[in-house]
Amino acid sequence: MSLQDVDRSILANRGADGVKAEEYLQRASVKLRNWLSRYGLLAAFLVFWQAASSSGWLNPAVFPPIDAILSAMWRGVFGGALLDDIAISLQRSGLAFVAAVLVAIPLGLFMGQVRPIEQALDPILQLFRQTSALALYPVFILLLGLGEASKVFVIFWATLFPLLLNTISGVKEVDSKLIEMARVYGASRPTVFRRVVLPGAIPSIFVGLRLSATTALLLLIASEMIGANKGVGFQVMNAQYNFQIPLMFAAIFILAGLGLIANYALVFAQRRLCRWSDVSI
Amino acid sequence: MGDVQTLKKGEIALRDLSKSFQIGGRSLRVLRNVNLEIRSGECLAIVGASGSGKTTLLRILAGLDAADAGKVLIDNQPITGVGNERAVIFQEPRLLPWQTVLENVAFGLEVRGGHARHAKERARHYLSLVGLAEFADAYPKQLSGGMAQRVGIARALTVQPEILLLDEPFGALDAMTKLTMQEELERIWRDENVTMVLVTHDLEEAVYLADRVLVLPKSKDSNPKIIEIDLARPRDRSEPGFVRYRKDLLREFGLH
Repeated sequence: MSLQDVDRSILANRGADGVKAEEYLQRASVKLRNWLSRYGLLAAFLVFWQAASSSGWLNPAVFPPIDAILSAMWRGVFGGALLDDIAISLQRSGLAFVAAVLVAIPLGLFMGQVRPIEQALDPILQLFRQTSALALYPVFILLLGLGEASKVFVIFWATLFPLLLNTISGVKEVDSKLIEMARVYGASRPTVFRRVVLPGAIPSIFVGLRLSATTALLLLIASEMIGANKGVGFQVMNAQYNFQIPLMFAAIFILAGLGLIANYALVFAQRRLCRWSDVSI
Repeated sequence: MGDVQTLKKGEIALRDLSKSFQIGGRSLRVLRNVNLEIRSGECLAIVGASGSGKTTLLRILAGLDAADAGKVLIDNQPITGVGNERAVIFQEPRLLPWQTVLENVAFGLEVRGGHARHAKERARHYLSLVGLAEFADAYPKQLSGGMAQRVGIARALTVQPEILLLDEPFGALDAMTKLTMQEELERIWRDENVTMVLVTHDLEEAVYLADRVLVLPKSKDSNPKIIEIDLARPRDRSEPGFVRYRKDLLREFGLH
């Protein structure tokens, strides 16, 4: 009797439990395969990095091994050195993002419905959007000083436009046939807005929110690299100046992590709000 | 108390209705002095070549477009826009994708000020009338074209209109579904006691459903023609009388 046969007979003797165990194993292997097909390449990339760096094939002074980066991250976060930076960075980008949401969504919902205003404002919006927020950063510094205000404002400025333009186009692209249907049933303007226009614009608003969240982190780093003494972006530059390369990568990974978390949080919110449509990550 | 059922309701009168559109700086006359009485509870089909103004006529009846001249009277009252005694079924189901089937069916009644729970209850009734009771919690994208159109019909019925205006309601459906839907519509029309105005380009559909067929001419100089369909219901599409009416209508369009 081979070992496998023994295994099988034990499983068979166990009856229902055995069937369950087999099912469980099968499900686990399906899950593993799904995980591998999704994250396998990422895992391979990290393993390759680790191996190449610790074997010296990649210059460990520029690409320190993953474990060194992770331990720098651990020390930074749990030792508290990076904690302050993360907090201040989150505060800057969070404040700017919330301000952009509060301005862009109501304004966009309004502009999308009132054609003359939209047509009058569109050229100037397009101009502002095409003007790099980073190019305007010196202007904001002149106006607001080198402190928090100019940093928050440059992030706000850059996050405002994707959200505003997506909200406007979301409202404009709501199927006019649905609006007409609501009118046939005698829906008033506020009812049409509440029951047709707003829900119809939500997917596009979420596209704007996700773009804006990404932009917020991008601008955060750039603004922290110029004239800051705190923040994750500052830490990236500072660690590089001081040749603390593991710490630099730790800060970079933290930024990537923040971006991923923000995106997943928005996707989660969108799934809750838009159960009716397919939401892809 | 007076018997509500015997009251003449859903009567429509068109008086010298005219409508033109401005296209490329040219005025295009679509309807010219149309006069018509639509009886309470009848099913009137409007057929005509494209450009004959049949959809325009229906949109004016719905109150979605205004006529340039003339007026529409419903139960002897001139209409000024959309009204609670009318409901429209469009060629597309026009369902709100973010609402469940039941919520979509209840939408019209809710918008018209019906209590939400009462609206849902009545919506459930009409949803089972169109045979979709078990799809109440589904979302529109999960439905086939025919099912979605049924949901649209249930939504219109839920407001219990006196007049049902249908704009090529089955034009986008496949041939088999279309036949089933025509039979169902006839049953609903009989049960609900509603005046129906049906715009269609399908002559067989017109003969199957209508008491009278209004043929709109392509040329605005000739007058619209009315053909009475005198056949027992439910109608048999292969019966000689049915085929004859179909031939008569085809001849109106110069076809054989």
